[in-house]
Amino acid sequence: MKILVCISRTPDTTAKISFTNQNTTFNAEGVQWIINPYDEWYALVRAIELKEKDSTTIIHLINVGNNENEAIIRKALALGGDEAIRINSESNDPFFIAQQIAAVAKDGYDLVLTGKETIDHNGSSIGGMIAELLDANYISLATKLDIENGNAIVGREADGGEEKISAPFPLVVSCQKGMAEARIPNMRGIMAARTKPLKVAEAVQSESFTAVTGFDLPPAKAGVKLIPADTPELLVKLLREEAKAI
Amino acid sequence: MSVIIIAELSEKKIKKQSLEVISYGVALANQLGTDSIALVMGETVDNLSSLGKYGLKKVIHQQHTASMLSDNKLACRFIADVCTQEQAKVVVFSNSLLGKAVAPRLSVKLRAGLVTGAVKLPDTSNGFKVRKSVFSGKAFADVDILTPIKIISLNANAFEIIQQSDAVAEVVESSIEIGAGTLNIIETKKNEGNISLADADRVVSGGRGLKGPENWGMIEELAQALGAATACSRPVADSNWRPHHEHVGQTGVAISPNLYIAVGISGAIQHLAGVNRSKTIVVINSDPEAPFFKAADYGIVGDAFQVMPKIIEAVKNLG
Ligand SMILES: Cc1cc2nc3c(=O)[nH]c(=O)nc-3n(C[C@H](O)[C@H](O)[C@H](O)COP(=O)(O)OP(=O)(O)OC[C@H]3O[C@@H](n4cnc5c(N)ncnc54)[C@H](O)[C@@H]3O)c2cc1C
Ligand SMILES: Nc1ncnc2c1ncn2[C@@H]1O[C@H](COP(=O)(O)O)[C@@H](O)[C@H]1O
Repeated sequence: MKILVCISRTPDTTAKISFTNQNTTFNAEGVQWIINPYDEWYALVRAIELKEKDSTTIIHLINVGNNENEAIIRKALALGGDEAIRINSESNDPFFIAQQIAAVAKDGYDLVLTGKETIDHNGSSIGGMIAELLDANYISLATKLDIENGNAIVGREADGGEEKISAPFPLVVSCQKGMAEARIPNMRGIMAARTKPLKVAEAVQSESFTAVTGFDLPPAKAGVKLIPADTPELLVKLLREEAKAI
Repeated sequence: MSVIIIAELSEKKIKKQSLEVISYGVALANQLGTDSIALVMGETVDNLSSLGKYGLKKVIHQQHTASMLSDNKLACRFIADVCTQEQAKVVVFSNSLLGKAVAPRLSVKLRAGLVTGAVKLPDTSNGFKVRKSVFSGKAFADVDILTPIKIISLNANAFEIIQQSDAVAEVVESSIEIGAGTLNIIETKKNEGNISLADADRVVSGGRGLKGPENWGMIEELAQALGAATACSRPVADSNWRPHHEHVGQTGVAISPNLYIAVGISGAIQHLAGVNRSKTIVVINSDPEAPFFKAADYGIVGDAFQVMPKIIEAVKNLG
């Protein structure tokens, strides 16, 4: 089993979000960068667990990004995974990124894992694009993943519930909560990561379908209207008459 | 040329979120001076011609969908065929489970740029700029779609349902053949509780301030009185006080209901990331310094155990 895990870099979950250059560029000053939580906690850790069950499993990591991404790629390698490839590119167009990943994934990978979404772009779209480019099945928002008798057994969120699906390989799965528990890299992993291969390749030729032209922050809230604790029924009145929410 | 709107069913009826996306698609078609066509997949008890009242001219219905909603490869092929047949210029989805599964595939198949999580109509004065939610609701981005065909998925509660008239839509049964897929659905399970979090118009949510799972009765009672879904903070789900699918926030479900009531939740930034797009936020917390009050519209500084019974009573007394 050969698994390709897609790793992206995002600002830390507590990062302050602001923009510069007339609201066209994310202000990265003072921002801590992390592995996108869905990629780390769910996609990568589940791949590692599958390898722990079957040691013939090969895990490769892929990131499309510039060399600033190497710190998080090393961290991902410290958690587990055999080697990583970085496709050198600054693009943030989902189709362009998916093309880069598909170009690598078509080289004999059985399973491509992505996170449910990046917590900065919130696209939730790269996994589905990779699947279509590979003409493979895609199971989105998966909460469980096992391999039985040469098929993937995947649990996924469905409308108002869950469904369990059996799917042949090759397969693309986007991973969310439920899939695995977060892990912390240990010293051995960190040492090993230093010598694991991190290849860099140039991007393959691809079109971009979209371009981000600017950002904006939501208008500040008017401020909270406090209701005295001894008259909570007033809240219900305001929700009906003022907010028209009930 | 047309705007194709993907409308979804739940319990054989058109979902509320789909009425939003229909209203959005119709408004967009008017803006572009073209027709709007809704595509409904699956068995329905609704009279689809009545969707004309939202301004739709035509509804295409595909009865036999079997596992198509789970098998996004089949769904994508079918929708792509309809798009070609109807010369789609724009396709709009809800940013729902189906939208997340199918829209990215369709983007590749039609070579059409996709923007997910749109919050308003595109600006078509110079390009085709779609405003979308980014940084988990903490900001917006304007994304220009550069391809001739465009695909948009619309966030829940971002666009108002607009009824226009008593007009009747033409309903066409689709004759496109749907092949067989290679996925096999082994089991489907429904969550307990009748209202699903993602579709809910109102949500009542509890945090660690409620002390233990035995105290969730008041959350459920208020939710029931309001016709709301229930949710919780991450530590609550992690401690198994509540099922995992109720966990909202950055790493859980992101929701944008009309009303979000948070009881005994501190309002950590990762929690806010999943709920800050809610229209009206109510916070009940005993600590006046709880960060959640900064993000709230209405607040009560008080003990949930004292305040909640009175709120439930007042809601029940509403006419
Ligand atoms: C990477 C990362 C991702 C995360 N993702 C999420 C996420 O998706 N969702 C999420 O929720 N959290 C998430 N967290 C955790 C988050 O940081 C907080 O720890 C969590 O939201 C706190 O939950 P809480 O508000 O229920 O509990 P607490 O922080 O313990 O707050 C309990 C609140 O209840 C109040 N209270 C106590 N007694 C009463 C009473 N009698 N009446 C009324 N109020 C009372 C207290 O004043 C307090 O404000 C994440 C953390 C990290 C690091
Ligand atoms: N630049 C990237 N390099 C590698 N993988 C990525 C990149 N961007 C996104 N992904 C993967 O695609 C998933 C979905 O991203 P998105 O569609 O942007 O929400 C992420 O969780 C990652 O697993």
